[in-house]
Amino acid sequence: MNRLVTSLFNGSKTTTNYIQRNAFHSTTPNFMFEKILVANRGEIACRVFKTCKEMGIKTVAIHSDADKHARHVLEADEAVCVGPAPTSQSYLNIDNILEAIKSTGAQAVHPGYGFLSENSRFVKELEKIGVTFIGPNSYAMHALGDKIESKKIAKAAGVSVIPGFIGEVDGIEQVIKIANEIGYPVMVKASAGGGGKGMRIAWNDEDVKIGYRLSKQEAKSSFGDDRMLIEKYIDRGRHIEIQVLSDGETALYFPERECSIQRRNQKVVEEAPSPFLDDETRTAMGKQAVALCKAVGYKSAGTVEFLVDEKKNFYFLEMNTRLQVEHPITEEITGQDLVAHMIRIAYGERLKIAQKDLKIKGWAIESRVYAEDPYRNFLPSIGRIKKYIRPEGPGVRIDGGIYEGGEISTYYDPLISKLITYADTRKTAIVRMKRALDDYYIKGVNHNVPFLRDVMENAKFLSGDISTKFIPEEYPEGFQGYKFAPKQIEQLAIAGAILRYADQHKSLTNNANQARSSPVEPDEFNVVVIDNVRHLVRFQMVKDAQFTVEFVDEEEEVVIKRVEGSIDEDTQEMLRLTIGGSVLRFQLHNRGTHSYTLQFHGSKIDVSVRTPEEDRLFKFMPEKLHIDNSNALLSPMPGAILSVAVKEGDKVVIGQELCIIEAMKMQNVLRAPRDCEIKSIKAKAGTNVAVDEILIEFK
Amino acid sequence: MLCRRLLKTNNIIKNVASLKYTPTTTTSTNVVRNLSRSFSTASTTTTVQPIDHSSQMDRILGRIQEETNRAFEGGGEKRNNAQHSKGKLLARERIDLLLDADSFREYDMLVTHRCQDFAVEKIPGDGVITGHGTINGKLVFVFSQDFTVNGGSLSEAHAEKICKIMDKAMKVGAPVIGLNDSGGARIQEGIASLAGYAEVFQRNVMASGVIPQISVIMGPCAGGAVYSPAITDFTFMVKDTSYLFVTGPDVVKSVTKQDITQEELGGAKTHTTKSGVAHLAFENDIDALKKVRELVTMLPQSNYSAPAQSECFDDPTREDEVLDKIVPEDPNKPYDMMEVIERVVDEGRFFEIQPNYAKNIIIGFAAMEGRTVGIVANQPKELAGCLDIDASVKAARFVRFCDCFNIPLITFVDVPGFLPGTDQEHGGIIRHGAKLLYAYAEATVPKIAVITRKAYGGAYDVMSSKHLRGDTNYSWPSGQVAVMGSKGAVEIIFRGKGDIAEQEQIYNDKFANPLPAARRGFIDSIIVPRETRKIICEDLQVLKDKKLENPKKKHGNIPL
Repeated sequence: MNRLVTSLFNGSKTTTNYIQRNAFHSTTPNFMFEKILVANRGEIACRVFKTCKEMGIKTVAIHSDADKHARHVLEADEAVCVGPAPTSQSYLNIDNILEAIKSTGAQAVHPGYGFLSENSRFVKELEKIGVTFIGPNSYAMHALGDKIESKKIAKAAGVSVIPGFIGEVDGIEQVIKIANEIGYPVMVKASAGGGGKGMRIAWNDEDVKIGYRLSKQEAKSSFGDDRMLIEKYIDRGRHIEIQVLSDGETALYFPERECSIQRRNQKVVEEAPSPFLDDETRTAMGKQAVALCKAVGYKSAGTVEFLVDEKKNFYFLEMNTRLQVEHPITEEITGQDLVAHMIRIAYGERLKIAQKDLKIKGWAIESRVYAEDPYRNFLPSIGRIKKYIRPEGPGVRIDGGIYEGGEISTYYDPLISKLITYADTRKTAIVRMKRALDDYYIKGVNHNVPFLRDVMENAKFLSGDISTKFIPEEYPEGFQGYKFAPKQIEQLAIAGAILRYADQHKSLTNNANQARSSPVEPDEFNVVVIDNVRHLVRFQMVKDAQFTVEFVDEEEEVVIKRVEGSIDEDTQEMLRLTIGGSVLRFQLHNRGTHSYTLQFHGSKIDVSVRTPEEDRLFKFMPEKLHIDNSNALLSPMPGAILSVAVKEGDKVVIGQELCIIEAMKMQNVLRAPRDCEIKSIKAKAGTNVAVDEILIEFK
Repeated sequence: MLCRRLLKTNNIIKNVASLKYTPTTTTSTNVVRNLSRSFSTASTTTTVQPIDHSSQMDRILGRIQEETNRAFEGGGEKRNNAQHSKGKLLARERIDLLLDADSFREYDMLVTHRCQDFAVEKIPGDGVITGHGTINGKLVFVFSQDFTVNGGSLSEAHAEKICKIMDKAMKVGAPVIGLNDSGGARIQEGIASLAGYAEVFQRNVMASGVIPQISVIMGPCAGGAVYSPAITDFTFMVKDTSYLFVTGPDVVKSVTKQDITQEELGGAKTHTTKSGVAHLAFENDIDALKKVRELVTMLPQSNYSAPAQSECFDDPTREDEVLDKIVPEDPNKPYDMMEVIERVVDEGRFFEIQPNYAKNIIIGFAAMEGRTVGIVANQPKELAGCLDIDASVKAARFVRFCDCFNIPLITFVDVPGFLPGTDQEHGGIIRHGAKLLYAYAEATVPKIAVITRKAYGGAYDVMSSKHLRGDTNYSWPSGQVAVMGSKGAVEIIFRGKGDIAEQEQIYNDKFANPLPAARRGFIDSIIVPRETRKIICEDLQVLKDKKLENPKKKHGNIPL
């Protein structure tokens, strides 16, 4: 039993940290908060805890029933359950969170981002019980958090604002009228919105109608506030934002973050600084951001978002009165800990840094790794993380909130982690990002690593020529997977031959074979088939992980290419080779009877390895037919049916709305794939559906 | 000398000496590889060499060559093509894929049938290719029925060929693999053919538990023929091309008026999901044969040879923290036992048997420190992991297989009991459940059990419990060794009087945990889940030379 108890204890909490923290408090009386509660979950909670630990502050996590074993709970000193899985009953449940604050005696609350981070009622409630909110005061939050109000303030503070209607819009007719006055395209968005939720771009009256309705519903369910506004949509703009930090008197601006690569108005890849800005624009934007802070007496970290057009004109979008998801890239290039600054400011300290300390040092890139299917229009994916290996190495930072065995559920944001790489130059930061993505092994849920990896090799991205239109312009047909060059196919063939050799070698270590006077040896020759391209290869181990591979021309029977290399790593998940001085990383995701599913350059591909005899006989194997589902609408993701817009017998045209499915707080309209008649409807509003479940059948 | 002269290989082999490779895309070079060894190899095609008819010896050699060639040709080009067009490989091609290259030694290639009636076509080999070879260096005996020769039908001679290799396999102690593709009995031979079947059956039975026997159904297999695969240890099928039934759709229709396709009646899907007759179904011939290689590599040669052991690339002391949190706190919430298995065994590799039949129990082979073990585990994801008729029979047969061949058994237990219901009771769950009990009780191999969560009632006793001579029984802290769940127990104990929630709490504190069993020594230790692999590896090491013998008897009387 002793072993049991000690092991369990060591598994959940590290004793050393605990002792250190006690020591800190015994010698340092009340120079800082003693205990902070983080009213959030996932990676951001873990991120705040990390700084708290460094500052010697005790930490409290809150969690829902579903998050009982989540990583942020394990990393905190204390944890309190604040309700059932749905966010409205847990992470947004102000009463329960206040109770948790009281019961744990936390002196301050860090809200992270999302959830209650921009909820002024929560801030007021905290003020009432004398608990510090680590963020701006309720006035600044309210004024800036409201998109309409903030625009007015910004304009008054001399910040350049986007053309549009400054005020709330209500009712379809008014929306259409104003949209026409401003001129299409327009953006309909929730006043309280953020993170791409509750906003839609409209190109015509019809779009506006749908966009307004959906955004309003989303705003209501996500923020509990369905006021809407409308403004000119600037096409092909760049989304560039300025991090600010203000202690109420001194306000500083940080080098900008470029967040143009977005899908559904949600950022995917961010970098700092922007490859687009010059010093002059940078300073001008920074000064306006600081002016805005001063105008509202801002006191915390915040972010002023701008839209920058191709002529480097910039327009104020909104100010986020919280820590942003992408704050790590700013931290990396300035060497500052934004969370620490926020905590110190909230405690009442003055800023100890000056504007001159915030120079750009190097380049940082962040990739948001989501549990989603890039091949299916980035629809969320749920499930258990069966295998999870994080990349490491110089210049690699991961802000994550999950661990192997963790669950990605429909209740919360499907963010797996933020992968940040830092280097002296943009080029090196990208190289490091590629390497990190290649080393990042995730199994159990679909994820967007294939897409992120592809972006890192995209010519436009490499040249820095990006805009908010990057994804629709570069991937007009949606993401189709990495396009492997012939040389890469050859490299895959080598990997396949090695894996086969290793597998065969292992099988041949059986005692019966070892007992033979002349044991059977692995096959030297194999035919590797990738994407219907055949390679006849001869693989030989030389010595100590050194190998040679010969590509043989089958007709002429001559060696057409000879490659030498070494196997640097060979585990169940990874195969790392050095060939001709370059390091190749292959992730092994599946073993079939004669094929391997490898992830290379981010994308998965099947590599079939056959003996020449098998290969000869393969042509006789029948092709298996796949079930044709074109006569039905399948659920593209697990979620809940919100509404069904058609009934049986309806004739629909291509693109017509059929039903709306909500998953991860996002409403997705499913449309008719072709002109057809509805045969039967299986989907019922209010019910949960699994991925690939038949929703509607067509005639 | 004989070979070289006959085959004149020198002028056929192209100048590939430097390459040491002869591509098999062209038939001529393929022949070289196979014939350069001896007559008795598994090639499908051959070319007739010019013969000098002036000498007596050459004439004889010519005849040998001629008959050998005919044997290689099988049913001839037309029928071979027909076989291919059905997505099926030829009998010799199958052997080539099953065995290590150049390892096949054929027996009785020139045997022909002795039937005088009905002018049955006489082709050397008589519709079956038999011999021995190696799979990853392990000796195996194999027969492969040739559908192109008289429909692969079983004649007296055909049966004799099969019996010959079975007898030899028994003598030397090596597995027998049958590749079945046969239209059934050779009707023209009448009773002689039926006698042939019986001879094979008798040998199947005698070999049972002595050498592993594997059947791969790669075509039709109907009537009496089905009982040979039925007796063998494992039956694999190829999807869409193989069928197993006692009576075909035509007979079914004439007797019961029921319209049913071959696939529905006895296809791979039916037998691997509904009937449990077959153990695995494969996409095609190549897949099936490759998988047989994998299985054979994990099996011992016979009941008196050493257990299969390969190099291990996984740390026997590896700990896995994920296991600590894999069992949900809510006892009614399912989790995937497969993940537990994959996290414990070597390299996460698990060869599952009958994955789609009685999914509430998982059986299959894995390796621990390179040594093959048999895994039996309740699957809480299906039927809450209950034992029912199908699950009991599925696991019982597997446990007995492992016991026959000295393969240690590792059992993961999360079982809420036997499945209640009239279907089960009337179907004989008592009799069938007893089979699993019998199998575990009788087994003398090392038996290690890990209770991950529920071990309730009689099902607890059955699942490799200490009381059935289990060598070591462990429980995770989440284990609950009890007569039943709290809800039912409270109803019986308190008869619905008083505060049920409070009573359940009392019961849970008292029984729904591993402590009562630990205090009695019914479990040897409560272990931290993440250390499961380490502990099992250690135990297997301790139990390596376990000696336990059952009382001498003719055989027990398992409740069939």
